Amino acid sequence: MDIQTGFFYLFSAVLLFAAFRVVTARNPVHAVLYLMLAFSQASGLWFLLQAEFLAITLVLVYLGAVMVLFLFVVMMLDINMDLLREGFWKHFPLAATLGALIALEMAAVLMGGFRLTEAPKAVLAVGQVAAPVSNAKALGILLYTDYIMPIQIGAVILLVAMIAAIALTLRERKDSKAINPSLQVRVRAADRLSIIKVGVTQAGVAPEPPAEDAVTTEKKS
Amino acid sequence: MTLTLGHYLSLGAMLFALAVIGIFLNRKNLIVLLMAIELMLLAVNMNFVAFSHYLGDMRGQVFVFFILTVAAAESAIGLAILVLLFRNKNSINVDELNSLKG
Repeated sequence: MDIQTGFFYLFSAVLLFAAFRVVTARNPVHAVLYLMLAFSQASGLWFLLQAEFLAITLVLVYLGAVMVLFLFVVMMLDINMDLLREGFWKHFPLAATLGALIALEMAAVLMGGFRLTEAPKAVLAVGQVAAPVSNAKALGILLYTDYIMPIQIGAVILLVAMIAAIALTLRERKDSKAINPSLQVRVRAADRLSIIKVGVTQAGVAPEPPAEDAVTTEKKS
Repeated sequence: MTLTLGHYLSLGAMLFALAVIGIFLNRKNLIVLLMAIELMLLAVNMNFVAFSHYLGDMRGQVFVFFILTVAAAESAIGLAILVLLFRNKNSINVDELNSLKG
């Protein structure tokens, strides 16, 4: 058993344990932290598979951005877990049996069916240079030549996701004193000052009845 | 006993099975559902990277790149919907999602 195999079993054991704790943890903050552990172990496994660029991307993008976003949201919400975990242990034996069955069957088939041990040496794609290039460089060459259009679509997907997330969670404050500049610019003099024609006699008449009443009540008393 | 492609594929299968039972067990808890989906995507990515290494084809890793992109977008929108649900219903129970109109 060489050192690579040892690392494979170490990373796999921690990865499976972390994944198990993600789905069974009582506290959602713990679940997110275990998910971070799972992703870091997966990153280690990808290093074993010589996919360095993706392994580092997983740590930077997933642990650094997506999982921190999860953590923010989980810590922001005040969740009553007892209500949500109703029936958890009742269904647990069935779920564990099914999961173990799926995993064992697939493992039996896959371990028997895929016995490739060695990476093939230098299967050159069309247009690839003969000199060995690093993983990141090879991926970059492929991404920016053959897959340039999917990259653009991926960028658009990320933009749409960003706008959708902002649009979904944006809400107007009720006590906001913000002013709308476009309305301010378009204002006309007529909107600010309006001249109302008021009859001369009306102003004099209006305050009289209460005064009269006052006088009459005084006289009565 | 050296590592074979089957080892990595079995690991992916076990991870996927764990994520499936996670969805089965926590089907009321939206946040754990999102995390289980992340685990499923991780299992799929594991298979892609393993095949890419053992078959000597970089295109598998390119596909993992796109899956990561889509997964990031998905979790961002999912969390936005989660926050919206919590703001309106004060709980993250999936059963109450059907009353979220507009």
